[in-house]
Amino acid sequence: MLSGILIFNQKGENLIFRAFRSDCRPRLADIFRIQVISNPQVRSPILTLGSTTFSHVKHENIYLVAVTKSNANAALVFEFLYRLIMLGKSYFGKFDEEAVKNNFVLIYELLDEILDFGYPQNTETDTLKMYITTEGVKSAIANSPTDSSRITQQATGAQSWRRSDIKYRKNEAFVDVIEDVNLLMSATGTVLRADVNGQIVMRAYLTGTPECKFGLNDRLLLDNSDASGGNGMRGGGTSGASKTTRAAAGSVTLEDCQFHQCVKLGRFDADRIISFVPPDGEFELMRYRATENVNLPFKVHPIVREIGTTKVEYSIAIKANYGSKLFASNVIVRIPTPLNTAKTTERASQGRAKYEPEHNNIVWKIPRFSGQSEYVLNAEATLTSMTHQKAWSRPPINLSFSILMFTSSGLLVRYLKVFEKNNYSSVKWVRYMTRAGSYEIRF
Amino acid sequence: MAMNKIRGAFAVPRKGETFELRAGLVSQYAYERKESIQKTIMAMTLGKDVSALFPDVLKNIATGDLEQKKLVYLYLMNYAKSHPDLCILAVNTFVQDSEDPNPLIRALAIRTMGCIRVEKMVDYMEEPLRKTLRDESPYVRKTAAICVAKLFDLNPAMCLENGFLEMLQEMIGDPNPMVVANSVTALSEISHTAPETQALQVTPNTLRKMLMALNECTEWGRVTILSTLAEYRTADVKESEHICERVAPQFQHANPSVVLAAVKVVFLHMKFVGPELAKTYLKKMAPPLVTLVSSAPEVQYVALRNIDLLLQKQPDILNKELRVFFCKYNDPQYVKFQKLEIMVRIANDRNVDQLLAELKEYALEVDMDFVRRAVKAIGQVAIKIESASEKCVNTLLDLINTKVNYVVQEAIVVIKDIFRKYPGYEGIIPTLCQCIDELDEPNARAALIWIVGEYAEKISNAGDILGSFVDGFNEEFSQTQLQILTAVVKLFLKRPEKAQGLVQRVLQAATAENDNPDVRDRAYIYWRLLSNTSDSNATKNIVLSDKPPIVTTISSLPPALLDQLLQELSTLSSIYHKPSEQFVGQGRFGADAVQRAAIEEQLQNARENPLAAAAAAAVSGDTPSAPAQNNIESLLDIDFDGGAPASAHPEASGGMSGLEGLAGTPVRMQSPAVGSPAPQASNNLDDLLGVFGDSGPAQPSSSDANGSGAAGDLMNGFSGLDLSSNAPLADSQPKKSNQDIMDLF
Repeated sequence: MLSGILIFNQKGENLIFRAFRSDCRPRLADIFRIQVISNPQVRSPILTLGSTTFSHVKHENIYLVAVTKSNANAALVFEFLYRLIMLGKSYFGKFDEEAVKNNFVLIYELLDEILDFGYPQNTETDTLKMYITTEGVKSAIANSPTDSSRITQQATGAQSWRRSDIKYRKNEAFVDVIEDVNLLMSATGTVLRADVNGQIVMRAYLTGTPECKFGLNDRLLLDNSDASGGNGMRGGGTSGASKTTRAAAGSVTLEDCQFHQCVKLGRFDADRIISFVPPDGEFELMRYRATENVNLPFKVHPIVREIGTTKVEYSIAIKANYGSKLFASNVIVRIPTPLNTAKTTERASQGRAKYEPEHNNIVWKIPRFSGQSEYVLNAEATLTSMTHQKAWSRPPINLSFSILMFTSSGLLVRYLKVFEKNNYSSVKWVRYMTRAGSYEIRF
Repeated sequence: MAMNKIRGAFAVPRKGETFELRAGLVSQYAYERKESIQKTIMAMTLGKDVSALFPDVLKNIATGDLEQKKLVYLYLMNYAKSHPDLCILAVNTFVQDSEDPNPLIRALAIRTMGCIRVEKMVDYMEEPLRKTLRDESPYVRKTAAICVAKLFDLNPAMCLENGFLEMLQEMIGDPNPMVVANSVTALSEISHTAPETQALQVTPNTLRKMLMALNECTEWGRVTILSTLAEYRTADVKESEHICERVAPQFQHANPSVVLAAVKVVFLHMKFVGPELAKTYLKKMAPPLVTLVSSAPEVQYVALRNIDLLLQKQPDILNKELRVFFCKYNDPQYVKFQKLEIMVRIANDRNVDQLLAELKEYALEVDMDFVRRAVKAIGQVAIKIESASEKCVNTLLDLINTKVNYVVQEAIVVIKDIFRKYPGYEGIIPTLCQCIDELDEPNARAALIWIVGEYAEKISNAGDILGSFVDGFNEEFSQTQLQILTAVVKLFLKRPEKAQGLVQRVLQAATAENDNPDVRDRAYIYWRLLSNTSDSNATKNIVLSDKPPIVTTISSLPPALLDQLLQELSTLSSIYHKPSEQFVGQGRFGADAVQRAAIEEQLQNARENPLAAAAAAAVSGDTPSAPAQNNIESLLDIDFDGGAPASAHPEASGGMSGLEGLAGTPVRMQSPAVGSPAPQASNNLDDLLGVFGDSGPAQPSSSDANGSGAAGDLMNGFSGLDLSSNAPLADSQPKKSNQDIMDLF
C-alpha cells in the first residue's frame, strides 16, 4: 500500500521522511518539491509520475504526502492522511511546521506504530496515547511487561477503543449535538440548497464497560410501525402531507447517518437502535445529514446596487428566525466588495462593520443577536476607476454564527440509557448548538 | 578525550557535525547518547548522509529505553543496506528482543527485522517469525502476520519453504479481529504479487470468518476485508445475498474509505441477487454516497470520481440529489469540475430548470476554466434533454450578450454542437455572426465558420463573411483553415453564382501557399470533386450529405472499460478512469528488476570488498544502486509529465499541464476509440470526410495520444484538436522524460 509518508513545510523542506517500503527512495522528496510545491499550476491533490503516485493534503503550513507505487486505494490514503492530522492535533494541539520540528521523534514513533509495511494499523488516539507519550506526560507503563500486555490487548481487541479498568466516582455522560447548517440562496431569494450536517459528540466518564443505548426523534424509528419500505432509509414514498404532520409531531428525517466504530452497525441496520460501548472521554458518536424541514436561523435580504462604475450601494437586512428567548453569538457577516474598492462607509443598526481590504470584504460583527430581531447595514463602497473594466463576479455574502439550544433540523435526543453490570446510576447532560456551515447568499 | 585521540589516529575529521554526533553517540552519559541519536535521525531526515555513524549508532541498540530503541531501529532500517555486514551485530539484539516479556518490544523487534532488507538478517528471521506468529499476544501476532508479507517480498522461496503462508491462512481463523485483518492483508498482498502461490483462497469457511471480523476490527482492517470480499467470486446467489446483507451496514461507517469499500462490495455482488433486492441496495447506497460529498475536499474528489463511474453504470441512483452537487464558491477547482460533470450526468427533465439557473450563475464567475466548463455543460444538457434545448439556447444567447470574450467563444463552440442535433435554431445565426470579430481562438472561429457554411443558403451575407476569412487565410490556424475551406465549398455548391471567385481563391491559397499537408490534401480533394463534370450531383452528395445526428456530447467510457474500472472502485484507477496497467505496472516491475540486479551486484561487491561498497553507497546516498546508470533507469521509471506539456501543448488550457487530465474529461477522451465510436464521431464536424466518420474512431486504439491525435486530425476535424490538447498522462514518452531529467540535473 503506502510506500512512504513525507511531510514538507511550505518552502518545500523535507521535515519527515519515513519509508515503509524499499521503493520509496529519498530522491522522491526532491521530485515532489519540484513537481508540486514549486509548481503553482498544480491543482489536483493526486499526481502520478511514472509508477509513483503522490497524494497530498495541505494542513496549516505543512504538506502531508503519501507515496504509493501501486494502484492504491485513494480514499484510504487521503482518509489516513486526515487521520494523521487529527492525531497530530490531539498530540500537539496544533499540527504545523513548528510542532513537527519540535516533535519529530514522536512523529516517527507514531508513524512506526500506525503504519506497518504501509498498511494502516490502529489509529485510535486514546489507545496510542497510552504507550506513545509526549515529553510532558511521560509514563513508564510501556516499559513494564504486565501493563504493556494489557495495552496491546486493548490495541488489538474487539473494543480497541476502551480500556477495561476505567473507574469514576461520579458517572457522567455529556452529549453535544452540533449542527452545521448549510444554505445556498440565489439572488432572487429562492433557496437553492439547504441542509444540515450534524454531529453528536459525547464525553463519557463512565465506570467499567457500560453498554449505552441512544435514542433520537428519528422519524423512521418513531413510526417504525407504519414504515412502508422495509428497512430502506427513506422508507418508500411519503406524501407531502404526512411529512408535515410528522414534522409537527416532532420527528426528523435523517437522510443518512454515520457512526463511530463503537456503534453496532448491524443492530442499527436491523432495527435502528444505536447501541454501543463508548470510548473513554470525548469522541464523535455519530454524524448525520438532514435535508427536510430545515429551519434556517437567519433570513438575509441583500440589496446591492452598482451605481455607474464608481460606486456600490449595499443595504443588507438580517432577520433572526428563531425563538425570542434564544440568541446567536458571534454573528459575522462578510459582504464582498469589488476588487477596486477605494473606501467604504458603513452604518449598522447593531454591531460593528469594518472594511477589510485584504479580503475585499465588509465585515459586520454582531456579538449577540437575539431571536426575532432584525438588523440592517447600510454601506457604500467607492471604487477607483480602472483601465480594464472587468465585471465584478459578485461572490456570495457569507454568514457565520452559533446558536445554543437550537437545532436547525429539529433533532432531539430522546434518551441515553446506560447499562452496566454494577448497575450504577449516571448523570447525563445534553447540549444543542447550531453553527453556520457554508451559509451563502448570492446577490 | 583518550577515546577521541584514538579516533583521531584513524583520520576521522576532528570537526563538523558528524564528528560531534559521533562523540555524543559514544558518550558515557545515557542522556547524551540519546540526544545524539535524535540529532542523527534529524540529520537523516534532512537528507544528510549519516551512514558513516552506523557502527556508533549500533552500539546503542541494547538499551532498556523503548524510545531510544525505536530510534536506533529507525536508523537501522534506513542504513542497513549501506553496512550489510555490520547488521549481523544487531541480529542478536533482535532475536533477544523477539523473546522479551514485553509484547510491545517483541512486536517492535519482529516489525523492524522485516524492514531490514539485508540477506543476513533474513536468514535469522525464520525462528523469531515462527515464534511470534504463535505468540500469545494478539498485538505481536498481528505484527508478525504483516512481517510474513515483508519476508515474502525479500525471499519468497524461504517464505514458502517454511510454511509461513499456511500459518497465515490458519490465522484467518484467529479469535482476534485485527489479526484476521492483517493476515488477510498480508495474504492478499502476496497473492497479488505472486498469483501462482494462490495464497488467498476464499472458502465458505474463511468467508464466514472474515464477515465475522468485519464488524469488530479497526476501520482500516475493514477496508482490507471489504476489498477482498469485492474480489471474491461467489458460488451461488445465496452467498451473494449473504455478503450484501452483512456488508450493507458498513455504509453507516464514519470512515469514507470504509463506506466506499462497502459500496464497491455491494455494487459488485448486487448483480447476482434478484432485481428487487438489487434495487433496495441501490436505494440504500445513495445517501452514504451523497454524504461523502461533504467530506474533506480530497476525499470528496475521490468520491466524486467514483460516483461518476457508478452513474455511468446506474444513471438513476442519484436522480433526486442534484442540489448536493452545486458548487460552493470556495470549493477547490478540481472538485468544482467534477461536480459539473456529475450534475450533467444526473440532469433530467425535472431538474433541468434548476440546473440551468445554476450553470448560468457559474458562467458569470471569473475563473476562466470553470466558466468555460459551465458553458460547455449547458450545451451538453441541451443535447441530452430535448425538451430543455430551447431554454439552453436562450441561456447561451444571454451569455453571448454579456460580451465577455471567453464566454462568447465557448458558447459558439457549444452552439455548433446544438445545431448538429437540432437544426431548427437558424434564427440565432445573425446574433452569432455579430461577434465574429471577437473570436480569436481557432476552436471558436472554426465553429462559427462551420455554422456559416452549413447554413450558407439562409445567411444572405455568407459570401462576405467567408470572404473576409479567405482574405486572411494564411494567418489562420490550420484547423480554422480546414473549416474555411469546407465552408466555402459548401457555399459554392449551394449558391454557385456568389462564390465562384471565392472558391478559386481559397483553393489557390490552400494548395499553393499552404505548407500544412492536411489542408493541402483536403483542398486537392475538393478541387478534384469540383472539377468532376461528369456527374454534377456527386460532389453535392458527398459534401452536402446528411450528417448523422449526434446523440450526446457527454463523454462516457466504453462498457468493457467501465466494467473493469468498477472492479477498481476507490483506487487510483477509478480516479484516472484508466486501467492500472496504464500508470503502474510494467514500469514498476521493470525498475524493480533493475534495482534487484543492482542490489545483487552490490552484494557481490560487498562480499569482495566491503570498504569500497560502503564508500560507493555513501556516495550514492540512498539505495546502493550502482551510480549513474541505475539512477537514470529509476528516473525513467518516474516519467515526469507535469512540467513539460504546458509548453509542448499550448492548447492545454492555460498550461495546466498533465495534471489537468486528472480533473476533467480529457483523460477519458483518449480511450473511447476502443469500442464505441459514438462519442468521438459526435465531435466531428462532418464535412466531406465526415462521411468516413465511422472509420475515424475505429482506428486501432493507441495508448499514445499524440499519435492518435495526429492521425485523427484529418478525419475528425475538431476532435483532433481535443485529443492533441490532452497531454497524455502517464504514457511513456521517452523524449519528454529525457528532457525532464535534464531539467532535474
